[in-house]
Amino acid sequence: MSNTLTARIGAAREAGDPNAMAEAIPYARFLDITAALDGDDLVACMNFNQRIIGNPILPAIHGGTIGGLLETTAILKLLWMQETVRIPKTITITVDYLRSAGPKDTFARASVTKLGARVANVKAFAWQDDPARPVAGANANFMLSPA
Amino acid sequence: MANDPVTPARPGSKGNPEGKKPPTAEEMIKLISGSTPHSRELGLEVVHSARGMAIMRLPWHERLVGNPDEMVMHGGVVTTLLDSVCGMATMSARQPPERIVTLDLRIDYQRPATPELDLFARAEVTKMTRTIAFLSAVAYQDDPKDTVALATGTFMFVGSRRKRAGKGAADKKP
Repeated sequence: MSNTLTARIGAAREAGDPNAMAEAIPYARFLDITAALDGDDLVACMNFNQRIIGNPILPAIHGGTIGGLLETTAILKLLWMQETVRIPKTITITVDYLRSAGPKDTFARASVTKLGARVANVKAFAWQDDPARPVAGANANFMLSPA
Repeated sequence: MANDPVTPARPGSKGNPEGKKPPTAEEMIKLISGSTPHSRELGLEVVHSARGMAIMRLPWHERLVGNPDEMVMHGGVVTTLLDSVCGMATMSARQPPERIVTLDLRIDYQRPATPELDLFARAEVTKMTRTIAFLSAVAYQDDPKDTVALATGTFMFVGSRRKRAGKGAADKKP
């Protein structure tokens, strides 16, 4: 199992295919989160599915899945940037909910504000139609495993 | 949750372009207590609920794993459980219940969740103003004292937005 994950993440980076990294994470598959490169930057997408609806009356996507998308995007970004192939452990995450997320695809980007030897700080934001109108943002600290 | 529901329907309201009626508080409670598509998908259930507090359970499942090396549940799952339980506690804090939205949720991970064990969360409203509720929550597995995560949540009652609607503050801007 361990070797499989390490090998998959390593191979994904070698191949320049961040989506292969996302596919190595069961919860990312569950939420149907895919990843692609926009230039050098990683962009994740939580593909809409009825299963992630949290409020069918509005309707709106469950805020927990938006948090999951932001955290996953931050992790994928760190895996993409780092030498290591170990999945970073979340220490703290704060999610700000800014707008209701409708029943459609949700995108996310992350930026690493500090990459230390042991800890990384990452900010991420999610949007639907317009990146200038984010639906949520997150600030997270991760423990990095030595390579 | 994190739903910023559309402005309550008023005649001639521009804040509700799709013409959909916002859910009533009772509908919201029903929604959050395990009957939303995502809650059903996860098997999320309310274990206990009282005024201003709630306990929910999320059953273990392999597809919720974030780190297949260690079979640890993904943080997003913990976020979903904590958001739901905080929302439930917030809505039950007022009689009659009011519609709410999540403003923010901070989670501190104290230990990785043990594989194959269900996850529980307990949330409590610690302070409530006219429009805002502050919550404290914990996530745990078989022992409530051996916490997996601590959370602090801030929720807003949106029922009270109606009062300001007439002053033009009811647009969907945050």
